[in-house]
Amino acid sequence: MRKILATLAVSGLFLAACADDQPSVTPPTATGSEACAKENLPLLTRGQLTIATDDPSFPPWIIKNDPTNGKGFEGALAYEVAERLGFSASEVEWVIEPFNKSYAPGPKDFDFDINNISVTEEREQAVDFSDGYYDLTQALLVLEGSPLEGATTLTEVKDYVYGAQVGTTSLTFINTVIQPSQQAKVFDTTSDAKSALKNGSVDGLILDLPTAYYEATIGTKGSALVGQFPSTGEHLGLLFEEGNPLRDCVNEVLADMKGDGTLSTLQDEWLADYLAVLVIQ
Amino acid sequence: MTGPSVDEAGEPDPLSGHGGSRLLGNRGVLISTASTVIFFGALALIVVLAPGFKSVREGFFDWAAMKDSLLGVPEEGLPGIAPSFLLNVEVFLVAEVLILVLALVVAVVRQIPGPVFFPFRLVAIMYTDLFRGTPLLLVIYIFGFGIPALQIRGLSTQDEVVYGTAALVLSYAAYVSEVYRAGIESVHASQMAAARSLGLSRWQSLRYVVLPQAIRRVIPPLLNDFVSLQKDTALLAVLGVIEAARAAQIYSAYRFNYSSFVVSAFLFILVTIPLARFTDHLIERDRRRRAARGAP
Repeated sequence: MRKILATLAVSGLFLAACADDQPSVTPPTATGSEACAKENLPLLTRGQLTIATDDPSFPPWIIKNDPTNGKGFEGALAYEVAERLGFSASEVEWVIEPFNKSYAPGPKDFDFDINNISVTEEREQAVDFSDGYYDLTQALLVLEGSPLEGATTLTEVKDYVYGAQVGTTSLTFINTVIQPSQQAKVFDTTSDAKSALKNGSVDGLILDLPTAYYEATIGTKGSALVGQFPSTGEHLGLLFEEGNPLRDCVNEVLADMKGDGTLSTLQDEWLADYLAVLVIQ
Repeated sequence: MTGPSVDEAGEPDPLSGHGGSRLLGNRGVLISTASTVIFFGALALIVVLAPGFKSVREGFFDWAAMKDSLLGVPEEGLPGIAPSFLLNVEVFLVAEVLILVLALVVAVVRQIPGPVFFPFRLVAIMYTDLFRGTPLLLVIYIFGFGIPALQIRGLSTQDEVVYGTAALVLSYAAYVSEVYRAGIESVHASQMAAARSLGLSRWQSLRYVVLPQAIRRVIPPLLNDFVSLQKDTALLAVLGVIEAARAAQIYSAYRFNYSSFVVSAFLFILVTIPLARFTDHLIERDRRRRAARGAP
């Protein structure tokens, strides 16, 4: 069942992506709109939408580590979702939820968590996810002048030491797809991973494409984006406490946003056009 | 434990309580068994009846998750806790030997009398103050990210495990040197005087008379520090090293299940308990020996 849902979510996103050129796709009619009226929403605190993210959070997802500014793809997305649920910006309350804690058993202290979290089947046994709001691919970031620069095939990138942030799907991507000859290193934060890259402790970092692209262009001077890897069907979702009915309302909102092109507008605004980024096959 | 017992010296076993003894017979055994069952039973009931027990059981004690995380899931790129734990053991064993040697050197240097050796004493004191006062995690960070950044040929291209182990050794040796020093100072001054009067040099007196007594006295606190060291090997994870606690974290973050942390904790306990019992045994042996001699 979950697999079917995940497939639906992915194909839904795919449709949404196509919907850009086909405005004839009508947004789904809001079924159960009564339950999703603002006053009927199952909220942590009445009249207030409590959204969680991690601290620090990084561009291009959230800008200047301050989700309240509504900048960055996830910051802007969160406020857009809130608005469509009927909340003004002042009715949105942000809380800090470390990633490691976000899946702890028991009641959550947020309505939903937006923190770059990839949806997987195993994770869905502990929490609930919204439909995907972004399809993620992994990418390779190196220092300028690295022998990895210019690599275009997976076999060319095998014999190197890679770094990734703990908890990310990047590590499992390294171990399952790249399968390097040397064990990858795992860091607490992206910042530590970047230090290791600059030190030469690792030859390259595997990051999600928007993060890698941001680091190569703005974030880390002297770094270069080698390319992105083919998609593994990975996508990001909003995290809810298991069984939280709010998810269905948020899914309706997300479907609307895909249908009327808002989601791709947000992507255009905060994320780059990655189609031009070379794919390492 | 096999119930209340009396050791050879006739002292009550510390585990069996004040009045417990084999001589009390069945009644004592019955009472201790009953109180044990009631105590742990009540504890278990509190946990099991807790409103969130079901989700905690799934989140922390999921049998399949425990097995997967212990052995790893190669096809999903998840490292196993058991193979990663070998690294902890390896680091611990290497660090332990280095710490014992370095700490002894520092402790002895602090004991050398005479104005000529003042700079050595000063260095030893400064070293102890510096590394005992700095949180170990910071030392590991500074070594692990700082030394490679220096780009010194040969020194800056080591593995993270080397930097991490060096940080552990320097930090722990500072503590352990103080333990040694306490031991050395606990040996009465008359011992040194007696040795000197026998014609031994100062160094020989230290080596053959003072240190053997001092080290025997500090073995229990030394082992205590080593139990702590075993656990602190997990801090190497911040440098990117995949050791047992990190492997557990990776599993947990990927599968959204905390059972891996329980598995990892269990492995650490598994190696520290024998060491703790061994410490108890040494303390007990020392106590008996001294009681038999009638010495202080």
